Amino acid sequence: MTSAQFPLPVPNLDNQEFFDKCREHRLVLRRCRDCALFSHPPRPNCLNCASDNLEWVESKGRGVVYTFTITRQPVSRAFEGRLPWAVVDVKLEEGVHLISNLVDCDPEEIEIGMAVEVVFEEVNAEITLPKFKRVS
Amino acid sequence: MESLKDQAAIVGIGETVYTRDSGRSELSMAVEAAKTAIADAGLEPKDIDGIVKFTADSTPQGELAACLGIPYLRYYGELGPLGGAACGLVIQAAMAVSRGLANNVVIYRSVNGRSGARYGSGVVTTRRGEGNAAFTEPYGLLVPGQSSALRARRHMHEFGTTERHYGAVALAFRKHACLNPRAIMYGRPITMEDYLNAKMFFDPLRIFDCALEADGANAFVVTSAERASDIKHRPVYIMGSAQALPAASGGSGRSWDDSGASWLAPELFGGAGVTPKDIDVIGFYDHFSTVIITKLEDYGFCQRGEGGPFVEEGRIELGGEIPVNTSGGHLSEAYLQGMNQIIEVVRQLRGDSHAQVENAELGLVDSGDGAGALILRR
Repeated sequence: MTSAQFPLPVPNLDNQEFFDKCREHRLVLRRCRDCALFSHPPRPNCLNCASDNLEWVESKGRGVVYTFTITRQPVSRAFEGRLPWAVVDVKLEEGVHLISNLVDCDPEEIEIGMAVEVVFEEVNAEITLPKFKRVS
Repeated sequence: MESLKDQAAIVGIGETVYTRDSGRSELSMAVEAAKTAIADAGLEPKDIDGIVKFTADSTPQGELAACLGIPYLRYYGELGPLGGAACGLVIQAAMAVSRGLANNVVIYRSVNGRSGARYGSGVVTTRRGEGNAAFTEPYGLLVPGQSSALRARRHMHEFGTTERHYGAVALAFRKHACLNPRAIMYGRPITMEDYLNAKMFFDPLRIFDCALEADGANAFVVTSAERASDIKHRPVYIMGSAQALPAASGGSGRSWDDSGASWLAPELFGGAGVTPKDIDVIGFYDHFSTVIITKLEDYGFCQRGEGGPFVEEGRIELGGEIPVNTSGGHLSEAYLQGMNQIIEVVRQLRGDSHAQVENAELGLVDSGDGAGALILRR
């Protein structure tokens, strides 16, 4: 599953570090130094206590499929030639959710609760995307 | 502090025909709907001194005013970003007319949603990978139906909700549309077999689970309760109102279950002084069939997780316990971003619906995923 034909991330001042670390094949998350809450997508403040005292913490990259959907009709031109297309919501062990795709997995085999771990897809020189693969 | 309860009323409604290819400008349809609503209220365009708009609408308030022959507006406003606006705009209008900022406010929505830019294709909502879309769009999460599908799939997993439950919603609204000659799907009944055999769009959502993109315009007139007593039709009073904008919802940080409806329901019912049991008819914003099940839970018509079984046995159909979307809703009448449901509930409370709920006194309408909601009374 390559993401080349979909809109690519346009990093901004709040999430540049996330994408920089992806290029190093490291998945990082925002964690609050005051209340320890992990959050994603990266924002300048904590979703719980509004603190701006946040750190970047490397995720273990492990989680489970929380939910998923399989697109089967070319509802947007971007899907032409690439259906069925599965989007998954992965709940990481750190408690945050990431929208992503599973690599090396037939969409029909995806199940809620399936254990997954992060892998990295290098789309171009600037953008590497975190994706997930099944762990047995 | 004085509440908005019963301070304002919807006194005029207007709509164009709903089509798949209007061949008209959004401005011209907006003017037609507004003129119809103003005449329905027994007013003249010169009586209108306020107009509020959907941020997403291409028609500026000033252009609509110009085409209605109104020289200037004392009050104007807007609400975004997309489908969640209608009830919030009614609240803006109610505040304006009840505080003397305006006498009569028009709310409108005009969209070539089928022949023009189509929501379902993602062209309206795409953010090209910017902001939080940097974490969704690169993975092919591009159109609203996919997000509803993610939420629906989780609901099925947690509570045993089935495809047939979603089908029961689609069939109920189609049945209502078949009573309503204005509905795009008038005369086109479907069976559960048709539903289950239909094209899967975003698994588990089929074509029949999705809002019917349409061309058309809706408008209504809000005035103060004081003025409403002089109006031609039976006024429909805004008895309860609430808005909710959940922070960081959906795939952007908090729970998929964090709908506006779950936040605003206590204020909505508390402010009106009624409970879900008192509601006679509902007009839910049904961009997808699946949200009807979670909304019935969030507003307290059933317990959390019981929305699937609740929609069975005709419970949300005309003649059932609580009829929902009696004109066919977005699924089978037309997708006018929550405006046509409000118009239909006004009609119900006037006693003028094609699918009339006997002696309907109280109606509930909402916008988006519960971005705003109203309790209306006759």
